[in-house]
Amino acid sequence: MHDKTLTELAQALDSGELSSRELTDHYLQRIEQADASLNSFITVTAEQARAQADAADQARANGNAGWLTGLPLALKDIFCTQGVKTSCGSRMLDNFTAPYDATVVEKFKAAGTVSLGKTNMDEFAMGSSNENSYYGPVKNPWDLSAVPGGSSGGSAAAVAAGLTPAALGTDTGGSIRQPAAFCGITGLKPTYGRVSRYGMIAYASSLDQAGPMARSASDCAHLLNVMAGHDVRDSTSVARGVPDYAETLNAPLSGLKIGLPKEYFGDGLDPEVEKAIREAVSVYESLGATVRDVSLPHTHYAIPAYYVIAPAEASSNLSRFDGVRFGHRCENPSDLIDLYKRSRAEGFGEEVQRRILIGTHTLSEGFFDAYYTKAQKVRRLIRQDFLDAFEDVDVLMGPASPTPAFDLGAKKDPVSMYLQDIYTIAVNLAGIPGISVPAGFVGRRPVGLQILGTHFAEAQLLNVAHQFQQATDWHLQRPATAEESV
Amino acid sequence: MALEDSHVRRAAHLARLAVSDDQASDFVEDLSRILDMVDQLQGVNTDGVAPLAHPLDATQRLRADEVTETDQRDTFQRCAPAVENGLYLVPRVVE
Amino acid sequence: MQWETVIGLEVHVQLATHSKIFSGASTAFGAEPNSQACAVDLGLPGVLPVLNEQAVAMAVQFGLAVHADIPEVSVFDRKNYFYPDLPKGYQTSQMYHPIVGPGEVEITLDDDTTKQIRIHHAHLEEDAGKSLHEDFHGMTGIDLNRAGTPLLEIVSEPDMRSAKEAAAYLKAIHSIVTYLGISDGNMAEGSMRCDVNVSVRPKGQEAFGTRAEIKNVNSFRFVEKAIAFEVERQIELIEDGGKVIQETRLFDPERDETRSMRTKEEANDYRYFPCPDLLPVVLDQAYLDHLRSQLPELPAEKRERFQQALGLSAYDASVLSASRDMAEYFEEVHHVCGDVKQAANWVQGELSGALNRESLSIADSPVSAVQLGELVQRVLDDTINGKAAKQVFQALWHGEGASADAIIEAKGLKQVTDTGAIETMIDQVIADSPAQVAQYRDAEPEKRGKMIGYFVGQVMKASRGTANPQQVNGLLKDKLDALL
Repeated sequence: MHDKTLTELAQALDSGELSSRELTDHYLQRIEQADASLNSFITVTAEQARAQADAADQARANGNAGWLTGLPLALKDIFCTQGVKTSCGSRMLDNFTAPYDATVVEKFKAAGTVSLGKTNMDEFAMGSSNENSYYGPVKNPWDLSAVPGGSSGGSAAAVAAGLTPAALGTDTGGSIRQPAAFCGITGLKPTYGRVSRYGMIAYASSLDQAGPMARSASDCAHLLNVMAGHDVRDSTSVARGVPDYAETLNAPLSGLKIGLPKEYFGDGLDPEVEKAIREAVSVYESLGATVRDVSLPHTHYAIPAYYVIAPAEASSNLSRFDGVRFGHRCENPSDLIDLYKRSRAEGFGEEVQRRILIGTHTLSEGFFDAYYTKAQKVRRLIRQDFLDAFEDVDVLMGPASPTPAFDLGAKKDPVSMYLQDIYTIAVNLAGIPGISVPAGFVGRRPVGLQILGTHFAEAQLLNVAHQFQQATDWHLQRPATAEESV
Repeated sequence: MALEDSHVRRAAHLARLAVSDDQASDFVEDLSRILDMVDQLQGVNTDGVAPLAHPLDATQRLRADEVTETDQRDTFQRCAPAVENGLYLVPRVVE
Repeated sequence: MQWETVIGLEVHVQLATHSKIFSGASTAFGAEPNSQACAVDLGLPGVLPVLNEQAVAMAVQFGLAVHADIPEVSVFDRKNYFYPDLPKGYQTSQMYHPIVGPGEVEITLDDDTTKQIRIHHAHLEEDAGKSLHEDFHGMTGIDLNRAGTPLLEIVSEPDMRSAKEAAAYLKAIHSIVTYLGISDGNMAEGSMRCDVNVSVRPKGQEAFGTRAEIKNVNSFRFVEKAIAFEVERQIELIEDGGKVIQETRLFDPERDETRSMRTKEEANDYRYFPCPDLLPVVLDQAYLDHLRSQLPELPAEKRERFQQALGLSAYDASVLSASRDMAEYFEEVHHVCGDVKQAANWVQGELSGALNRESLSIADSPVSAVQLGELVQRVLDDTINGKAAKQVFQALWHGEGASADAIIEAKGLKQVTDTGAIETMIDQVIADSPAQVAQYRDAEPEKRGKMIGYFVGQVMKASRGTANPQQVNGLLKDKLDALL
């Protein structure tokens, strides 16, 4: 049952072959059985899930079921969920029960989905390996000695291992696409502003975007149908019509112009990853697409620009965690400054503190122009690179990550960890959408093909990804952990 | 731009993070490497380029001036570390 | 040495919106602690701000009223610092691209001269909460109801040269914002708060001296007192060979002095940067034109019209246009009675005196403008004399009748102007006062004018104050002189 896509499960619910309650119980059992080794969930909301499943079955019996009604999914623990612990992977919020639902959570509740629980993540979404969680690292279901990627590592691992048919993630510099690639699933980062950020705990506000993570592009299309849209509570969400992303999945690809950014195939790219990507591109050629080389000349500066802008925004966004109104508070503070300093030093992990310090330093007097203003200018050049490329081609393709999943504990030095995001990070700076789809393996570890489109080209990306998945079966491969029967 | 111990200590104070001497020297080392990487930006010619704060060229939408929120103090204060008589408590602030 | 004082003001005006600048929580004053602090105001994880259109409109109206440039694009920035009354650890404000650019305000001084004070800019920002220092077991209590209330911070150029000018400027700002209706201007409730930058320099020197910033000077009177103290302190300090240091000082109204806020930490670094949760605010010409067309007549225009069209003195025009309520009241009285001079005298005299005595604002006057106008009308048409008019005013004030006419009728205060009736009273008084008549007759002619007062008094008394005093005077003089 748990190797089925959302689309298949939706049909099973619709035909009455399966009830939402049966499906939900099955996944809850899967989690209980397999998650001890994966650590992909921080909180499992079994009771609430069963109640939601019963309500969904009732709704279906009453003829009030939509496409997603009764389908289970998991939420990255960055989304506020009313009455449910929302930790953001941090000790700071270990005691925090959100008093409200994020807009995205509200939308899925309204669509009748069942929430299985909250998935593990790098603390405050800062990380590329899910090793920065207060709740411990997540293991890659394909190889328990490997990381699942991050920061949405719990969501990716849970989907790959069949602990949930789908999950929500967030992506600030690659946090949906890179773990999707490492775990062999499909993950979409929509255009900045396409999905409401309200209730999604902010890391870097001008880069953060929520998106779906699932077994297939088709599943992602159905999830995005629910998530996308303007939210009056988010000034940065875009008031623009939402197409039916499922409707255009089968559009033919003949004449599609694919660009391969030469900077995405240079030094540092694992040759076997490159081989898998080139093979995937040739599948597209066989589907009628044409391929040409393009250049994104400022690619090299994306990581430097990101590590100014994101920490700067984060240093300010995380100031609200001060031990006064919610979250961790140190014992017996001697005075106000002590309350602040110890609560924050105890509540935040090392990587979060590091980024707060970088951001604080680069924004401070005497450094602001050289770092922040400069990075914002480079950001414009990076965006322009993409806009120029999309004058000539419809989509860009390349690897989602230079290597397959690396070993747990392999990257001790922060900078070498940051360089992991070389192919994903510029996309957030430019605000364009990107999707990662399974495209092969290096040994047991999956490889992700990243497809990028211009602003609001989600329908096209999903179509392009779906057509690949009609022609290949990489996305149907399951890790051994998912084979264990319940 | 070389990062010094004083920079880290100043940032830690501004960011209200308690940092021990050992941690401070670790941070100096890590942050120096990060900033060395960041310094590559100085090699980009950005003459005449305007800073980009948001990826979309959108403008602020305005909200009607209406009271839409009701009192939820009890709910909000359930997750607060210390409250009394509806007030959040902090160590005495000296004016 | 001769010293010159240089003053600049930063005035924080709470805008009179219903809801907060970035949330839908109420801004009403005086609610239970934290009952009006919603998720956004509390800075709960995940919340986001959305800008209140009325706050924008009010800021722009102010800008238009001070003839300021309104830039097409303005941007919100974050001012980062930790304080318990600042829930997010930053204040959303406008550092680099404020909504209102340079403008100017005309102030009127005591000698009726005017002066232009330049506005550097005005920007929108959110207010902080309040710290309550009553004893909570040695703790401070935080109430965030005020957090997120929209503020317009109006920053002047250092154009003022005396405490009086500073007070006049603050009054001018107060009258503009209350005319526009964008703030209630209630300084006691903190709707208008003022920081004063003061420095001194030797007369003739161009460079500014080092300034001190005096925080939270929250009444017109305190502004003058705080500046007076601070100027004296700085001059003394320099003349004694010391140096003024740039610092923040607090005005203590109990002792009329300013003192250093040394407890605050060393120089702050607010790390301003554009708020990524808000987008640039873009205002087009049509929007500005629309708001301009809605502007009421402003104090300076009113003052000008009162002088030019109504012929009031500069002083009267200034007093009567000081607040929109005052001006509207005066104009209504004038409209009803038809006489500018009388209307101005009554509003500034009898009415203002009564209001001051009971510490009432003109909006709360128990005597309405129409009632006062009708009363003045009865003086003008000789229905009552001045003395009776004051009685009628008192009666109106105490709610003893619905209108001047009703009170005149009820109290029988109608003026007696019938010559025959007055002559009868005069004859009686003369008959009853042979000694005074004899004195009058024997007095030097130039002293008789004074002595007539006695007789007038007696006649007025006999008429219970209703006789027309001018008539009484004239007739008495004729009759007494006939006895010579």
